[in-house]
Amino acid sequence: MDQALKELGGYIRDTLGSSVEDMGVRLGELTITIRRDDLLKVMKFLKDDANCQFLTLLDVCGVDYPDDDERFEIVYHMLSMTHNNRIRVKLRTDEDTPVDSVTGLFNAANWWEREVWDMFGVAFNDHPDLRRILTDYGFEGHPLRKDFPLTGYIEVRYDDEQKRIVYEPVKLTQEFRTFDFLSPWEGVQRMLPGDEKAEDATEEEAK
Amino acid sequence: MGVTTSTQTEPAPLPPGEEQDLILRQVTGELQDKGFVIASVDKLVNWARTGSLWPMTFGLACCAIEMMHAYVSRYDLDRFGVVPRPSPRQSDVIIVAGTLTNKMAPAFRKVYDQMAEPRYVISMGSCANGGGYYHYSYSVVRGCDRVVPVDVYVPGCPPTAEALVYGVLQLQKKIKRTGTLFR
Repeated sequence: MDQALKELGGYIRDTLGSSVEDMGVRLGELTITIRRDDLLKVMKFLKDDANCQFLTLLDVCGVDYPDDDERFEIVYHMLSMTHNNRIRVKLRTDEDTPVDSVTGLFNAANWWEREVWDMFGVAFNDHPDLRRILTDYGFEGHPLRKDFPLTGYIEVRYDDEQKRIVYEPVKLTQEFRTFDFLSPWEGVQRMLPGDEKAEDATEEEAK
Repeated sequence: MGVTTSTQTEPAPLPPGEEQDLILRQVTGELQDKGFVIASVDKLVNWARTGSLWPMTFGLACCAIEMMHAYVSRYDLDRFGVVPRPSPRQSDVIIVAGTLTNKMAPAFRKVYDQMAEPRYVISMGSCANGGGYYHYSYSVVRGCDRVVPVDVYVPGCPPTAEALVYGVLQLQKKIKRTGTLFR
């Protein structure tokens, strides 16, 4: 299975040349990383080529790596019913650079690209209807970015005087706490409060 | 026909048996004899209200599955006169079954406003009670009591169908206890 996928990956890389930056088979899955500007060319090839026939677009999603220059990774999953193959296509972009929309090739991409826009704020060129899809009307920010706070900025409540739902800045009665769920003999610091005194003492003795 | 209000606590309802039959025979006799019976209106109204609590179907998440279980044959809320309605105009109670999101909140309030008085709210599950698992989320209302007044909270994640049935019974009890013509 891996061998066949490697051959297919090699074929794709040889045919597309410099568009494919990286190709690999991990855990029985074929992944290619491509140049952002060649997305449409690559997708058209993967869809139309007789050896590929990836006619079904299964998913478009985003990943945020906040430390990188091109912080967003857009991931496309495709399925070839003809050859019983799957492929993962990745590319990188940043906040300001839009990615070409593949809605012209795959209708299914429409809502997924809207979701990526909504969650990460990555824009898509030539998208027919690039609006938010999941978050509230008038929502600000892109929640799946790593720099978006968990609790967001606004909360809602019904105002009895105005007789409508009002939006207010978040007020929490208790801050969010993260608990360490590691097991007690793996997760804890060996240093107990007060232990540092004993170390200081031994150091002084050594002196 | 006058309205009698008794200040004494009422005896517990009679179980089916000879005593109950006796009273029923007396009532039937009185009905045939005079053509009317005297009872207190508020009790009659309470009986009518608790006996046909029609809930608005408002399943928002996984709690809705348990709500469905409570409606269908095993627990069969129908036998308490609880029949799910697809329209707020026909409903007496709204069961908030699931996560209430910010985006849903205005729609939910609108549905609640469209219900006729007297109206009741059952908040079902952790998410509706206080945000639950999504309490710190950017998109979830931290409890549906921020949007509407809640009568009964059913705890659980999700609550079992039995818990919901118990909640409905508690609501009936509450209506019987506080029931007046005007709320």
